This record gives sequence, C-alpha cells and structure tokens, in this order.
Amino acid sequence: MRFVDEFREPELISKTAEEIRRLAGTNRHYRMMEVCGGHTHAIYRFGLKDILPENIELIHGPGCPVCVLPMGRIDDGLSIANDPDVIFAAFGDMMRVPGTLGSPLEHRARGMDVRIVYSPSDALKLARLNPNKHVMFFAIGFETTAPSTALTMMRAKAEGIQNFSVFCNHVTIIPAIRAILDSPDMRLDAFIGPGHVSTVIGCRPYEWIAQNEHKPIVVSGFEPLDMLQSIVMLLRQLRAGEAKVENQYKRVVPWEGNRAALKAMAEVFQLRPYFEWRGMGFISQSALSVNEKYAEFDAERRFQVPGIRVTDPKAAQCGEVLKGVLKPHQCKLFGKECTPEHPIGALMVSSEGSCAAYHNYEHRKAAMVSLSPMA
Amino acid sequence: MCLAIPGKIVDISPENQDSAMVDVVGVRRRIDLGLLHDDKPVVGDWVLIHVGFAMSKISEQDAAEQMSTLRMLGEIDGAMQEVQGYGLDEVN
Repeated sequence: MRFVDEFREPELISKTAEEIRRLAGTNRHYRMMEVCGGHTHAIYRFGLKDILPENIELIHGPGCPVCVLPMGRIDDGLSIANDPDVIFAAFGDMMRVPGTLGSPLEHRARGMDVRIVYSPSDALKLARLNPNKHVMFFAIGFETTAPSTALTMMRAKAEGIQNFSVFCNHVTIIPAIRAILDSPDMRLDAFIGPGHVSTVIGCRPYEWIAQNEHKPIVVSGFEPLDMLQSIVMLLRQLRAGEAKVENQYKRVVPWEGNRAALKAMAEVFQLRPYFEWRGMGFISQSALSVNEKYAEFDAERRFQVPGIRVTDPKAAQCGEVLKGVLKPHQCKLFGKECTPEHPIGALMVSSEGSCAAYHNYEHRKAAMVSLSPMA
Repeated sequence: MCLAIPGKIVDISPENQDSAMVDVVGVRRRIDLGLLHDDKPVVGDWVLIHVGFAMSKISEQDAAEQMSTLRMLGEIDGAMQEVQGYGLDEVN
C-alpha cells in the first residue's frame, strides 16, 4: 500500500479501503466503469487498483474526447487550415494527435499556421488580432467544454466578427453510455459518473441508467478519497439490490446542473443525427453541430471538408480498448510500436487516454520497485 | 480536458461584468464569468475554471484541496501552463 502514504488523510483512505474490502466480500465479482478520462487518469496515477480488492474490476469508459475522435475528423480540420490565410487553433492536447498526414504539430513543421490556445475565447482573440486571416477553432470536448465554445460564438456574433469559425467536434456523454450498455460484449454492474461534465448537465440525465437499466451510478470527485467513497456507495447499492443516482461530488456538482451553460449550448448548437466515434461506430444524436442561427461561424459550412472516413491502422486496437473490452496492455502495439513518444492512436497521446495513463503508471511502478529494497 | 483549476476572483471589470481577473497561486489572468449568470460570484469568491471560463463557485478549502489533487495527479504544470496561456499574453 505504498501509495497510500502520499495522499492527504491516509487514515481515512485506509478506513475507506477496509470498508470496500468488507463490502466487496469474496463471493461476487464487480465490474464498474468509470466513464470520464479524468477518472481513468486518477485511477492510474493514484494506484487505486492496488488499493482495491481483486474482485472489483475497473473498466475504462470512452470519456476522453480526444481519444474518441476518428482520424478522418482530424484530417478534415487540417484540410481547412491548408489555406495560407487560415489559422488552425486548438487546445494543446490536440497538437500531437495523429491524422493521416501527420499531427497538427507536424503540419506546423511543414508550414501550416497552427496555434495552441487554452480557451476558445483566445481563438476568438486571435481572429481580432489577425483581421486578414481566418481563424478556425478546432473544438473538442464533452458538455464540460461545449458551453464555453457556445458562449464564445455568441460573443463573436454580438461583435460582428467575420473571420472566425468553429470546427465542432463536441460530443455528448449520455449516448456514449447508452451505446456501451447496448453493446453485447459489455457486462457492467455500476458506473462511476463523470465529475465535471455533471457540473453542466447535472445528475438528472443519468436517471435512466438507474431506472431503466437498473445499474447504480455515483457522480464522483477526483481525489483518491472521492473515488474510494464513490465505490463504497456503489457497493452499498449493489449489495442492497438498489439502483439510484447518487452525487458524491456535491461540493462542486449541483443536481440540476448549470442552467446558464445549458442555455448557451441550446442557443448555438444542435444535435447531429449521428456521429462516428472511434472504435464504437456511429452513435445517434451523440454530437453537436452549429445550428442555422450561427451558421456563419460553422467551419463545415464555410469550408469544403473532404469528410472521408479513415479507419485506424489495422493492428491498432483503439476501439476495443475504448469500449473497455481490452485492457491497454492487451493491444498488440502497446508499449512496442505505440508509446507516448511515438503514438499510433489517440489513447496514447492524450493524458486522459487509458493507454497513456496505463503506460505511465507501469513505468512509475517499475521505477518504485527498483527503488525499494528487495523483499 | 477534465482540468478544473481553482482560482480566486480579485477583480471584476466595471465595463464588463463577465470579465474577471483571477489569481491562481500568484498568476493573474482574465477569465470569463459568462457561465455563472445564475450564481454571480463577487470579488473574493473562489471558482473552478475550465478552458478560461468559471464553471462553478467553490469554497476556499475546496480550492486548496483541488490544487492538491492537481498536484497529486501530476497536472499542476499543465494547469499553470494553461492559466499562463489565457489571454494570449505570449502569442505563440
């Protein structure tokens, strides 16, 4: 339990871990999915799997917006920016994601104007600062990020900005969870619900998981204690045969969500009839596009996009890892052809991707083993 | 990205109520309060920031815990890089 000592409140964590062991017993095998990439990252970083008993299995969900984006969409965004008068603006974690002809960073090395921004407002600022160019913001993220993109577009419209557009790849979490539950090769008992998406959508949207699918879901914070407490709450429900939505992250997540954020999204976006998710195929109503009112800011309407579907490299098993069918190390390319330094797929590029998280954790574990005295 | 960065509001622009100066462990940048219209923060409040927008109000204690969580996650450098990048203070 070497990691426990590094945490805040180690005694409380030990107590909670004991409670988990007591509740989990030995008769039953529990499969819990953490949906969001931030939780996947936390699980590996905190070595939570070492703290949990063997009969609790944590399955990684598809909550990494970079990871679920098919390569063809990256190609589309980059093809728009092939024009010397276009500036490609995106968050840092997009920069190394491989497209068919290379990542945005590699395109920059070949002369494309590629800028890292840390906020959609800064992409808009770039447009103001560069009136002779067009700024295309490559927008990604779940409902945590979509409201900020929406508000930025509302500001652009209010200001009458002419040289700004959004290439919208925002996706929604509920249809992804639904697709996971509908998948024949998935057997799950419970969910650890996303922390920050829930600050926007609230806890209500998860009610069908409990009521229709009869699986408990606990919206969780990101500290080790938060996640362990959430697992306690899930175990209590499972042992009692209950299925409810619970909020462990009350200090940040309001049950009703953020009305202003939801309003901004409704003002600017509409649901795409379907959207392709890497490894999960087409999921209906799972992504956002820019609506008619904001059409002038829709990069897909202002520019021609090839829209070519690109499948992952044959050997890469990104899809199966994304769905939780395979663990990262079970992919044939893991740690060999595909590493954080030389990623084949997005799950190895993004810090929220399960492959990157697992890879770094394995290295950390190996380093600690080599530092500790021989038993 | 799931990064939520805690910051203290030190100034709200009189010309634009949505524009606030926030302090994140000594680094000061402007962020957008437009998503908190229903729960307007005031100077001295702590907020959780995501991609340059305040997402929710939190207590000072929760803010300290969140910084500690980011540190434990190894995300503190990424978080500070993000905050420093707000406003394009260094146009890249």
